[in-house]
Amino acid sequence: MYQSKWRIFTNHAILILGALFMIMPVWIAFSSSSYTPEYIFQNGLQFWPGAHFFDNYGAILFDPSATKGRVTALEMLFNSMVLGLGFAIGKVIISMMAAYAIVYFRFKLAVPIFWVIFSTLLLPLEVRIVPSYEVVAGLGLLNTYTGLILPLIASATGTFFFRQFYRSVPDELLEAARLDGAGPIRFFIDILVPLSVTMIAAIFIIMFVVGWNQYLWPLLMTTDDQLYTIVIGIKQVYNSLYEGGQIPQFPKAFALTIMATIPPVLVVVVFQRMFVKGLVETEK
Amino acid sequence: MKRVQFEHSAVPYLFVAPQILIISIFFLWPAAQALYQSFLLEDAFGMSSQFVWFRNFEDVLSSSSWSRSAIFTVVFSVLVSVLSIAISLFLAVRADEVIRGAKSYKTLLMWGYAIAPPVAGLLGNMLFNPLMGDLYFAFNSFGFEFNHIENANDAAFVVILIAVWKQVSVNFIFFLSGLQGIPKSVQEAATLDCKSPERRFWTITFPLLAPTTFFLLVINLTYAFFETFGIIDVSTKGAPGGSTATLVYKVYVDGFLGADMGGSAAQSVLLMIMVSILTVFQFRFIERKVHY
Repeated sequence: MYQSKWRIFTNHAILILGALFMIMPVWIAFSSSSYTPEYIFQNGLQFWPGAHFFDNYGAILFDPSATKGRVTALEMLFNSMVLGLGFAIGKVIISMMAAYAIVYFRFKLAVPIFWVIFSTLLLPLEVRIVPSYEVVAGLGLLNTYTGLILPLIASATGTFFFRQFYRSVPDELLEAARLDGAGPIRFFIDILVPLSVTMIAAIFIIMFVVGWNQYLWPLLMTTDDQLYTIVIGIKQVYNSLYEGGQIPQFPKAFALTIMATIPPVLVVVVFQRMFVKGLVETEK
Repeated sequence: MKRVQFEHSAVPYLFVAPQILIISIFFLWPAAQALYQSFLLEDAFGMSSQFVWFRNFEDVLSSSSWSRSAIFTVVFSVLVSVLSIAISLFLAVRADEVIRGAKSYKTLLMWGYAIAPPVAGLLGNMLFNPLMGDLYFAFNSFGFEFNHIENANDAAFVVILIAVWKQVSVNFIFFLSGLQGIPKSVQEAATLDCKSPERRFWTITFPLLAPTTFFLLVINLTYAFFETFGIIDVSTKGAPGGSTATLVYKVYVDGFLGADMGGSAAQSVLLMIMVSILTVFQFRFIERKVHY
């Protein structure tokens, strides 16, 4: 296709500016995380990395006092991992099963059940946050992984993704399977699940990132810092920055921010093709 | 639906059971409670409550802080959606044209999807920190007298900038795949017919992207309504004086920090109604698109 020299030049200039716009804030946080608090306090944010990278990251990873609590960043990363994986696994399994029942079976309560599932899309957790908290507290699930993960799974986005996908699977498959004498459970495990592998992977990646990045719900749920996820941990560290008349520990707060960002970004970049396919095809 | 289906009495119930169980406990029950609480008035100590019909709703709708928050939410959502859609469409068009380095540009522009809203808020907080924020200094050195801690408009600017920054990647991914879905033959015919890339964009590309744009508008409005909670909570916290508190943030502040359960529940119910309208709208549109 014809492109003028000027157009090619501006294309690159605009894209480079766009990339810088995205990267700059994270780069500055990264650079500034490798200085002493005194240096940052006196000289402001830094553009190039300094000499204290290993001191700062080592301290917050292994020393609980650096994160102003009883947990280290390593434990917070572990909690985030549990939340991300638990959320993704739970969501994929539950919604695959529910979508299977809705698409492949004729049963009495199919219509009301479909509407109950649909209604969860209307009301995100954010709008029913206070009563949800009370229910979870009533069940004695505050400060547990179960209480952290299950309410987040209650929204049915995944079910709709799989419903859409199953509907695109040719009917002939089911006819053939039935001729061969396969029952519903056999058909699901031996044919449908293996057929959905790419779909499962794509949804799993998206859900892992969504789970890792949860904020409001973990913030309310976890009063015990043993269960802090890294996203919650950063907020606590930022909140305590100006306490006690000491020099604010900005570099450590930045280091924590960087560590919260790296895992989901890596997942998205490494599995980019699958992730983009999943995002674009399921949300439509 | 499928032409062929299983006819089996127990199996389908077995398969939907986990989902229905979780939805009943963690969705239907709390949603019903929100509805019930919105009709109750608790006394100052939370010891007793009485049924007051629609008084909580009247109080909420007539309070100036709620209507101010509602106006901010609408302005905020529209600005965030329009700005982030415009920026990412602009970038996606260029990224679609470029040949050398196309893959690297794509990666460099889409990774931001993985950033958590509160992390975006903290980065903004850092850049606008009066002690050391580069952007804070930059704006002031141009003589803007920028002060987001006291000035409501400046604070709104900060929150909008962070929210747009966070959302550009998602829109970019959708626009780029939309652009790459336009058949090559159409693009080549368009190139033959008009040389100017700008005219080509407005007469051919943009109309073809209209469904994507509309879909993204709904997605972005939902994002601005709900997911910006994390951004606001770590950047301005609704300050100064609640001028940057969205409706969702206000539900949290009134319900959890202010312990006004009835009022907060009434606000939740009002929000539910708004979201329901938005979602039904979105679904009607999507169903229509499926028929194409």
